Amino acid sequence: MKTDELIALLAHDATPVKRGMLPARLLLFSLIGAFIAAVILVPWLGIRPDLTDAMGGTTFWMKAIYTFGLGVGGFALVERLSRPGVKGGFGWLLAAACVAAIVAIAVSELMSMPPEDMPDAIMGSSWYSCPLCIIVLSIPGLAAILWTMRRFAPTRPTLAGAAAGLLAGGLAATVYGLHCDETAAPFVAIWYSLGVVVSALLGAMVGPRVLRW
Amino acid sequence: MASEIETRLKALMLRGLGGEAAAHAELLGALAGYLRGFLARKMGRNAADLEDLVQESLLAIHLKRDTYDTSQPFTAWAFTIARYKLIDWYRRNRIRRTEPIDEAAELFGSDDTNEIAVRRDLDKLVATLPEKQRALLADVKIAGLSNAEAAAKAGMTEGAVKVSIHRSLQALMRRARDED
Repeated sequence: MKTDELIALLAHDATPVKRGMLPARLLLFSLIGAFIAAVILVPWLGIRPDLTDAMGGTTFWMKAIYTFGLGVGGFALVERLSRPGVKGGFGWLLAAACVAAIVAIAVSELMSMPPEDMPDAIMGSSWYSCPLCIIVLSIPGLAAILWTMRRFAPTRPTLAGAAAGLLAGGLAATVYGLHCDETAAPFVAIWYSLGVVVSALLGAMVGPRVLRW
Repeated sequence: MASEIETRLKALMLRGLGGEAAAHAELLGALAGYLRGFLARKMGRNAADLEDLVQESLLAIHLKRDTYDTSQPFTAWAFTIARYKLIDWYRRNRIRRTEPIDEAAELFGSDDTNEIAVRRDLDKLVATLPEKQRALLADVKIAGLSNAEAAAKAGMTEGAVKVSIHRSLQALMRRARDED
């Protein structure tokens, strides 16, 4: 087939393109991922019994805003890195701002407590299971997001995969917050972040394998 | 000069995204010349699969056109796809070389409209498609029917013909990529 013939053939496929297809699809698959995480969470770990009370306080929202913010940063990164010639931009900034905020809150909490309370604030009672649960909850979402990214055109698959992991991990951590009753910011800054980071690393590892086009 | 190219190609792209087939074909025709010049400089003018990579890049540009953000420069988008396909070719041929990210002007440095022979014939890959898809491609490509005429002939809706052609092109891009 000559190149001129190929071009004529491609012109037959010049259907109008809907604007906003990419973010809309990405949003849909992110929501699917978060929904699956919730469906796994409820029978597996359960919702914390004091959820309504907790929602009246501030620590619940601190955790939720932190993890959801990471997810939003991941979303912005995936959306941008799925387009050739566009850099990550403010997605990085948003994710970094979330991390900086939680670290600042964690440090100020540690500074204002007696030293003997610090181990509890850092380790809580579920440090060993928290990152693991977040990783497990993030995997379906990561798969869903990578799946839909194959339709897009990420040209830096490692970075784009990491962004997908950040998005899936942030959402999974937010869902996990419905179960977890830890209240200390240092705990969140360490163990929640660890779960999301591992999810991002998973994405970075898988990205080059599945995002080729 | 560079901004003239940007203005002209972006205008064509926008019309193509709106569904104007003639503008889309004109855009791809212009890009073919730039791609050939660019890839010849990178791969060597005598690379056996130079024209194959021109075609593969055109397929990619076409199939990924819904990832173009119209608020961004078109030339940067097209260059990044060409660069991606070039680096993929390096990898397939075990060539260790890097290409700068921000040199969109490189793609538009020379325009070579002299089409050369392909090594891998896309028609051979077309032959591996399912019978129904292949027949439709032949109708629009060889017989020169419009999508509507091909639809009437095959007893399908025009929408179904479009979907079939689109799927065939996606399959072609995958097979072209995985062949080497």
